[in-house]
Amino acid sequence: MIQSILDGILTGAIISLGAIGLTLIMHMLRFANFAYSELLAIGAYAALVFDRLFSALVPVLDQAFAPLTLTGALALSMVIAMLLTGLSAVIIDWLVFRRIRQKADPLSMVFASFGVALIIRNVIVLIFGHHAQLYSQEIARATILSFDPLILIKPDQVFVLALALVLMLALHLMLTRTTFGFALRAVAENPALAQVAGVRLTTVIAAVWIIAGSLSAAAGTLYALTNQLNPMIGPVFLLPVFAATIVGGIGSVYGAVLGGFIVGIASGLALLVLPSGYAPAMPFLIILAVLLVRPQGLFGEDQR
Amino acid sequence: MIGVVSYLTFFLTMAGIMAIITLGLNLQWGYTGLFNGGVVAFFGAGAYGTMILGGPAEPGQFGGFGLPYLVALGGGILLAAALAWVVGLLTLRLRHDYLAISTFGVAVALESLARNSQWLTGGARGMRGFPRPFEAVIESNFLFGVVFLLIVLAVLALVWWGIERLVHSPFGRALRAIREDETAARALGKSPARLRLWSLVIGAAIMGAGGGLYVSYTAFVSPQDLLPILTFQIWAMLIVGGAGNNRGAVLGAVLIWGAWTLSGFALTRLVPDSMQLDAGSIQYILIGTLIVSMLLWRPEGLLPERISNTRNTTATKAAPTSNKE
Repeated sequence: MIQSILDGILTGAIISLGAIGLTLIMHMLRFANFAYSELLAIGAYAALVFDRLFSALVPVLDQAFAPLTLTGALALSMVIAMLLTGLSAVIIDWLVFRRIRQKADPLSMVFASFGVALIIRNVIVLIFGHHAQLYSQEIARATILSFDPLILIKPDQVFVLALALVLMLALHLMLTRTTFGFALRAVAENPALAQVAGVRLTTVIAAVWIIAGSLSAAAGTLYALTNQLNPMIGPVFLLPVFAATIVGGIGSVYGAVLGGFIVGIASGLALLVLPSGYAPAMPFLIILAVLLVRPQGLFGEDQR
Repeated sequence: MIGVVSYLTFFLTMAGIMAIITLGLNLQWGYTGLFNGGVVAFFGAGAYGTMILGGPAEPGQFGGFGLPYLVALGGGILLAAALAWVVGLLTLRLRHDYLAISTFGVAVALESLARNSQWLTGGARGMRGFPRPFEAVIESNFLFGVVFLLIVLAVLALVWWGIERLVHSPFGRALRAIREDETAARALGKSPARLRLWSLVIGAAIMGAGGGLYVSYTAFVSPQDLLPILTFQIWAMLIVGGAGNNRGAVLGAVLIWGAWTLSGFALTRLVPDSMQLDAGSIQYILIGTLIVSMLLWRPEGLLPERISNTRNTTATKAAPTSNKE
């Protein structure tokens, strides 16, 4: 029970990181982006490539920070992966979504996002193969917190949770304390009025893609660090991040954070009573429950 | 020779089933503007529903009622419609994204249900042994294939005729009206939520019929039939053919199914054995690229929607064609 909640919090932190960008994109560009969770995969695989590169070139970096399995090389790679994934998100927008946005309705973008997701996912399969990969071959030893009931936690998991919270705090400070954050919130609130006030819409949209891409890359890398990396990371996280945005209310960053934790914990608890095969369906049941009780989500505006 | 003809009947039967499903999607997306992200869920509900009602009994498993064929097929169709009704009721009053996400979610949930509910669906090994219609009377396998192709074509014609009747009726005009301008339609006393719900449910029933026919043809259904790729294939068919045009939908179904089959053949021939696993990925990339490029360069499809003059029905043929938007 407590173990399930702990695991749920950890998965929740990763879902939250993923959902923040999605909620902003869905609110500003007004389309459900089904290619979004592929950004997690891009980030995690980019980190893998640079991790291997750095470990080979600069062996000093290949030392793990005990008791973590995280190495200096991976930490550095993760930062680079965040930048690269942010950049790819902008490039994908330029290549596909912006051009469709200019001439067609938002639903065409939803179609296109499915196409983009198929392309990204299978290009990753072609390059890296179907099999699961690990950043580190070291075995992460779990610390026993209590014997009865048995509760295990890995140092990596504590690190992941802490880093996720730090990233969220950084985003919060940026949104509330900087002029740029103010501009971003203004666009989210009322794009036309923000433009009249001198905010460049294209710049803000590009910035949102960069934020979304880098947070997703962090989420993907952190997931791969505590679990394993395979090309299905995109589809696996797709429904959970959507559920988190809907629970929190589309457009609400804080809602997405809370929604992520709710989805993570609820899915963890559900596995106590349901066989694990049903896990992929859990986020959908949460979405249904929210639509029944409070369609606008926890912090969302009315979505009618 | 008989091999080629026999393969051709198989190909056309599958293409016909795909065309039926594409027509269902055309009613939802082409004529009403509803985004269905889980086509495969309604196909699967029809397939599994038909199988459970009409299939043979399995020890320790629910179902196997062995009902008459038409009753089983009707039950499958009803199941697909009921699923759409529930999803529609919850989401159609909300922003369009919710329908897209929920229908996608239904497909994921249904696949995991089919994979894990041993007692209901037979789990990962699926269900087999559906008594195919007329199979007892027709001895030759080849002749059965031909007869079944004719049945599929008859259903396709029926669905086509039904949808054409529907969209040229006041109901169809109201659907297009809410697609183009919801506020104006509402001002004229139409209820967008109710009209959308009907369109979603009827479209899903047609997809369910496709699923039922599929199970009657292969006599077998498993969670492998519930993979999301079917949803993408059906979309590609509709987008390539032309949404809002039934001719386009059927043309797209035949073209894409042909392209899919041919690319499958070509890849198994050309790609070395060590890379056979990747052949599927290449096909997926091709279909993804096709969807994106159509949307970028020819969003109206090969056969664009014909906006007909609906003041009197005889003017339909004479009306000039024009592109949507």
